[in-house]
Formats: sequence, C-alpha cells, structure tokens
Amino acid sequence: MRHNVSGRKLNRTTAHRKMLYRNLVTSLIKHERIQTTVPKAKEARSVAEKLITYAKRGDLHARRIAARKITEPAVLAKLFEEIGPRYAERPGGYTRILRMGPRKGDNAEMAILELVDGTARPTVKDSLKRKRARKIMVAEEKAEAKAALIEEAEERAEAAADAEAPEADADAAAEDQDETETDKDDAGA
Amino acid sequence: MAVPKRKTSQARKGKRRANWRLTAPDPNKCPHCGGPRLPHRVCRECGYYGEREVMVVES
Repeated sequence: MRHNVSGRKLNRTTAHRKMLYRNLVTSLIKHERIQTTVPKAKEARSVAEKLITYAKRGDLHARRIAARKITEPAVLAKLFEEIGPRYAERPGGYTRILRMGPRKGDNAEMAILELVDGTARPTVKDSLKRKRARKIMVAEEKAEAKAALIEEAEERAEAAADAEAPEADADAAAEDQDETETDKDDAGA
Repeated sequence: MAVPKRKTSQARKGKRRANWRLTAPDPNKCPHCGGPRLPHRVCRECGYYGEREVMVVES
C-alpha cells in the first residue's frame, strides 16, 4: 500500500529532482509563465504556491526559507517585493495550469504553468522555421548591443582623450569607428 | 504447477486479438475559431483557452 507517499519521482535522483523544482520555480517567478510537461507543472505548482505564501508572510525567516528554493537573488527579491503583495488578498491558488496537448518527439502532454493575474504575454508557439529565424534574430540583437557598448566606451575614451590632447586623437577615433562597423557586419552574417 | 495443455493456435490467437482496436481522439469544436480541439486543452488552431493564451504563428 502506498500510504503517505506523495509526489512524483520524475525518473530522477533526489538531488536532481530537487534542483529541477528549484529551477522550474525560479523561472516561473521570473517570467510569470513557463511551458513544461504536465507532471512537472503539477509538481512545480506545489512548490511555487508554498513559496508565494512565504512571500506574503514577508519576514526574514520566511525569506530565508524561500531562498533555499530560488536560485537567483534578483528573483527572490521579486518574489517578496512584487509577487507577495500582489496576492495579499488571495487565499491560495496563485497558479494555473493549462494543458496544450502532446508535443512532437515523445508525445508528452505539455502545459503552461502561469501565475494567476500575471503579466506574462501569450506564449509564442514557434514552428521550426521560425525557431531558426528567432535564433538568428537574437544573435543579431546581442551583437548590436555589444557593438553599441563598444561604441559607447570608445566615445567616453575619445572624450577623455580630447580633454587632454584636443587635436592629436581625432584620426585615431575615426579608425576605431570603422572597426566597430566591420564587427557588426561579421556578427550579423 | 498448472500449465497450458495445448499451444495456442494461430486461429485462436487471431480471434482473441480481433477486438483489439485503437480509439480515435474525440475533439470538440473550439468555441473561438470552430476548429477541432481536445477538451480541456488550449486550442491548437487559434491558441485560445477562454481568453487569449498561446499565439500560433504561420496559420
């Protein structure tokens, strides 16, 4: 008889399973909505609901208990400063699981696990083609951000150099800018 | 120990298995787009579950 046995093993060792829950719950609080399999969603829900109840308590001890389950300090702060107050009036039931049907590959039933009253935008269901396009887009955005950072740093250096020797550095600065542009092209291709 | 006296014949095996069949999924009509949708699931055609939920691209 399986009296007093709760929870799923999810084909993992204890440590692996615990870490999985921590990661799932941290992502849920960070993004307010995650997509996973139904059994994982159901387990993560149980952990997440308890964490939000701790966040409503808000004292230091509660915060330390919650910190055991959250892997990122910034997310812990969000839990206590944003999520906790948001659900002050709600007596439990902070999350919602929506079934999405089986996924390709292993036919596992997928689900969206989200915070009720969350701010998450609709999940984008990508086709393979779009997934690839998105990957390239993200890479380009990153390259642009990096280029912008470099440019900014150069401008600052330039300004500092100008302050010291107004004429001598003008040519050098122009060369630097050319280099940044070629960097950007490489990354975009 | 009790043990079968006879080997199960091909015919007997076939008769036993004659009633094995798959059941087809039984979709409902999506209240939003009218397409087929399994009960208690997000609609794969329009991405709705009550209110807006999943955004399906490339329709």
